[in-house]
Amino acid sequence: MARLFPQPILSIVIALVWVLLVNDISAGAVALGILLGWGIPKLTSRYWPDKPRIRRPFAVLEYFGIVLKDIAVSNVQVAYWVLFRRGDTLRSQYVTVPLDLTTAEAITALAGTITLTPGTVSADLSADGRSLLVHCLETTDPAATVAQIKERYERRLKEIFE
Amino acid sequence: MVIVEVVISLLVLVGSFFLFVGSLGLAKLPDLMRRLHGPTKATTLGIGSMLIASMLYFWAVEGNPSIHELLITLFLFLTAPVTAQMIAKAHILRETRERKALPDTGRSVGWATLDPAEADERSEVTRTISTP
Repeated sequence: MARLFPQPILSIVIALVWVLLVNDISAGAVALGILLGWGIPKLTSRYWPDKPRIRRPFAVLEYFGIVLKDIAVSNVQVAYWVLFRRGDTLRSQYVTVPLDLTTAEAITALAGTITLTPGTVSADLSADGRSLLVHCLETTDPAATVAQIKERYERRLKEIFE
Repeated sequence: MVIVEVVISLLVLVGSFFLFVGSLGLAKLPDLMRRLHGPTKATTLGIGSMLIASMLYFWAVEGNPSIHELLITLFLFLTAPVTAQMIAKAHILRETRERKALPDTGRSVGWATLDPAEADERSEVTRTISTP
């Protein structure tokens, strides 16, 4: 099993994405999806030396819920800033987020989350991969922003991946 | 039926409002890093509402459920942060003024874009399983 499917999660995702792309749950689509889910990880395994481990699958659902809620709430905030504030009065600045996460997958997920949640864009990583450069659209208290990112997202990602 | 149509219309309106605000932010804000906030956010809530409206419409009005809108959301969520980060990195690399505004990394090395020499070798990011 491990030889046939070196990346089981990737295989399942590819098969699922294929069936969704076809937009029709027929035997043929499912069979082709499974074939692709077997073949693509096999052919690209050279570029995937690591196998991400997800320790708590249900925590992933909780994480998605929290991120979606944050996106909805803070989009309204950013819309207000864009509509009613002059651009140069926004106190934008960079903050450095020191990372407790060490696996590449977890850091990627954190950087993506920061960019998708309004008000913050992740811009760069330090050369040793241990701190993240984040640009805030409006902040008066950088330390609080960093603390919120660490408490809300990083802690949960650490539980999921590490 | 009428209620579903009202909900679909509201979702389309909310979606177009946030997409408009995203584009307005791109045009209005004064510098590149602030402008980047507009389009990366518009894709999330704006497109999200549009796609939920589309799924509801095909399911409730046309009668054939359609779920591949979820894929559009998935691909957007995967690609938008990567694009934003590449634009930010290019900006940091090109603009000398921007570099001076950067905070310290808090580590012994600099930011990867400006200190790339052996970025991979110095990386302390752990690999879960090494290559066989």
